[in-house]
Amino acid sequence: MTAVDHTPAETGEGLAEDADQWTAKIRRFLMSNLPPGRLIPDRQPSYMASWIYIFGALTIGALAMVIISGGLLSVEGPTWWHDSSVGLFVNSLHLWSVELFFFFMVVHLWGKFFMAAWRGNRALTWMTGVITFMASIGAGLTGYLSQTNFDSQWISTQAKDGLNGVGVGSFFNVLNFGQMLMWHIMILPLAVVAISVLHVLLVRTRGIVPPIELEPANSATATTGGEA
Amino acid sequence: MTAALAVVVAALVNITGPGHYIHWGFIQISVGNIIVISLMVVTFLAAILIPYHRKGGRS
Repeated sequence: MTAVDHTPAETGEGLAEDADQWTAKIRRFLMSNLPPGRLIPDRQPSYMASWIYIFGALTIGALAMVIISGGLLSVEGPTWWHDSSVGLFVNSLHLWSVELFFFFMVVHLWGKFFMAAWRGNRALTWMTGVITFMASIGAGLTGYLSQTNFDSQWISTQAKDGLNGVGVGSFFNVLNFGQMLMWHIMILPLAVVAISVLHVLLVRTRGIVPPIELEPANSATATTGGEA
Repeated sequence: MTAALAVVVAALVNITGPGHYIHWGFIQISVGNIIVISLMVVTFLAAILIPYHRKGGRS
């Protein structure tokens, strides 16, 4: 058996003369903030023994189904579901996984709101959740606009007036089906997934917010609670 | 059998007709939306109130 030689960078250390390189700086940042044990933990704090904590994971599961079913729909195009029972099934799978995604996300939001989950230097975690929610609403709207039926035409004309009313109508045209379809299958899913990943990494970095009664005296420096 | 099943499912979830709305003063909301919001509230309360038992009896 031959021993495998690990370079200093592979072991996370690196050579002293390489310390100023951007690769070394990023590695040190990741090793410091997201060591493997924190990124994929075996245990969580005991106060997580409540059903309310599962809705974040359920939201991610529903999002995965949204992306998979949406990817299948993109193979045959937005009119597939009009003339194929398989297309109708996949389209329905996409719709209902979106329904569950929003359902779980709203319950997750309520839970975190009443926990005041922005405590303990977790404001960025909270705000990335807010932005994901807003991007998801945009993805939902453009999804309705991509149905290729009278419903989507009606929604697009109503949305045009609403978006013009709030002053953002010059940035995109909801009456342009091609533009809205590209927003729906490229820009907004990329935003939702990317910010969701950042959201989860921040949860891993900062830890799950402890109950208010367990709040440490100096909450600004709090990270994780006691392990179960 | 499949046709009968289709009729039952279609009867349960008929989205081809005009929508049904609840009017209460200045509040107007579709029946579908009020059902979903009610389910979310029930789920939220259940998630808080129902005890979470883990394998091995640790709490």
